[in-house]
Amino acid sequence: MRSVLATPRRFMPLVVLGLAALAIVFVPGPAVPSPSGERMIHVEATNFEFLPGVIRADPGERITLELSSNDVVHGLYLEKYDLSLTAEPGQPARLTFIADRSGSFRFRCSVTCGALHPFMIGILRVGPNWLLWRAIGLSLLAALAGALTLRPWPKSS
Amino acid sequence: MAKVELTRFAAVRAILRSRWPQLALQAVLLGGLLFTILSGLLGTPVGSHNFGIVYVWIAWWGSLILVLIPLLGRGWCSVCPIPLPGEWLQRGAVHGPSGKGIGLNLRWPRRLRNIWLQNAAFGLVAMLSAVILTQPAATAWVLGLMLVAALALSLVFERRAFCRYLCPVGGFIGLYSQLAPVELRVKDRAICAGHTEKTCYTGNGEGYGCPWQVFPASLAKNTACGLCMECLRTCPYDNLALNLRAPGVDLMQPTGRRLDEAFKSFVMLGSAVAYSAVMLGPWGGLKAAAYGVGSPAWLGYALAVLALAFGLLPGSFYLTVIAGGAIRRSLTTARRAFVPLAYGLVPLGLAAWVAFSLSFVFANASYLGPALADPLGGGWNLAGLAGVSWRPLMSGLVPWMQIGALAGGLAWSSGATRRIAVQTGYPAPGAPIAFSAALTMALLWLLLG
Repeated sequence: MRSVLATPRRFMPLVVLGLAALAIVFVPGPAVPSPSGERMIHVEATNFEFLPGVIRADPGERITLELSSNDVVHGLYLEKYDLSLTAEPGQPARLTFIADRSGSFRFRCSVTCGALHPFMIGILRVGPNWLLWRAIGLSLLAALAGALTLRPWPKSS
Repeated sequence: MAKVELTRFAAVRAILRSRWPQLALQAVLLGGLLFTILSGLLGTPVGSHNFGIVYVWIAWWGSLILVLIPLLGRGWCSVCPIPLPGEWLQRGAVHGPSGKGIGLNLRWPRRLRNIWLQNAAFGLVAMLSAVILTQPAATAWVLGLMLVAALALSLVFERRAFCRYLCPVGGFIGLYSQLAPVELRVKDRAICAGHTEKTCYTGNGEGYGCPWQVFPASLAKNTACGLCMECLRTCPYDNLALNLRAPGVDLMQPTGRRLDEAFKSFVMLGSAVAYSAVMLGPWGGLKAAAYGVGSPAWLGYALAVLALAFGLLPGSFYLTVIAGGAIRRSLTTARRAFVPLAYGLVPLGLAAWVAFSLSFVFANASYLGPALADPLGGGWNLAGLAGVSWRPLMSGLVPWMQIGALAGGLAWSSGATRRIAVQTGYPAPGAPIAFSAALTMALLWLLLG
């Protein structure tokens, strides 16, 4: 009888860690507020970089993104929002969207512009980056799981 | 987990013992390598449209890091085309032991029988990576140089000296092959002890002596076994086995832990951090510095990468281990535990490369079609793929895959560190585990922040 009870007890730390991991993954973040403001953000694309490289927006904000280029044709593709625009030198392009997803989103040049084109990347940060916090929480749990719940191997002779 | 001997299945044994399947694959890959070099030199200079760049750094690299190393360890080395021309000349044969080869057949210098040269070679590639990864001609030159170096070393030194001691790729494949769920080992060491001819090392009519300069009976880890299967062919007692096993058991091998391999884990971790910052970060100045080879900015970048990989990471890990030991009043044990505990970082290192490569590979995978449609930049449209437009793949899923890789790698590293600490008597495993956790946070911030 004792062994039957002992076996589940051995797995209790794993069960607790697993439940904590599920909570970290699935507990929803705070709701995004309804559209509250409007802002124009100018991004310059030049020589394999976006300037500024990191742009910030408030959740729910209505953003008009203006992309200009001063060397060759550049594009901007915003991941997860699935938006893109293309700017030729001297001819800025604009698009407007509502920043209704919070987090950190990469935007990449979508028009082959030269050697470092695949690495021409910028970041849009909208409100808190809950994905990063969830990742940190999961990693700390993983470290605990690895360090505390695995039984040590016998000491080598 | 008990081992499962795959070679006990007649079909598996037959395929592995036969030279034909391996040779056929090697021939295709050698053709691909030569075509890649050609396309790098003659094809379009636009990297994201060049066959060589796209198929080496997206298709091959992605397959290697995301699939081949985690599942097969040194599986790639068993079919890698780079050493083949030299090996064929050295042996005087392409298929089996029949001809008389050429070359001086010297032994590799004793002082260089380690992976320091591979660490240095990888450091050199890391310093030049922004150019190598984006300039087709640079990729072609690097591949060509590796081909020539492997050939030259085959004509001077015995066996596969290039693969074992110089190849920058082979060095990290060897390190991470310790995590793989496959191994090649002898079944019964007593049989080897009684076998005076040692044909697995000297060769016979069935095959060559181990090209990787390993005596199979002494194999305790995967690091130096190239999975070439020669010993499977030369053993007259059928005493070699390819096994399925628990992943990562090599990390617990108390023998054969070396400073050069420990440093390899720091070099790889440092490079993963640097690559994530340069190639996936929003800092244009950093990219320009990495790309401007020869400029003062590049010199600063190169020195920073080398300092991170060879100084800052190993130095801070050493201090962390010593601090943990000092708190528990066990300094002597802590100094001795530095190298063994560095092996605990190996799973996190592979996870870091997986996480970096996921972003890099899936964001650029849609270049594969157009590059295949027009491999030499001649305006072709083979299979109608030239018009496929660029689009990052699975951008919603990739961050979660990166989190899974890094969290899994950290869990694995923490477990391995704790076990190594028990094994070596190191009293404060929490210190190196905290180091791994901090490094994971830094990587998460670079990739998702």
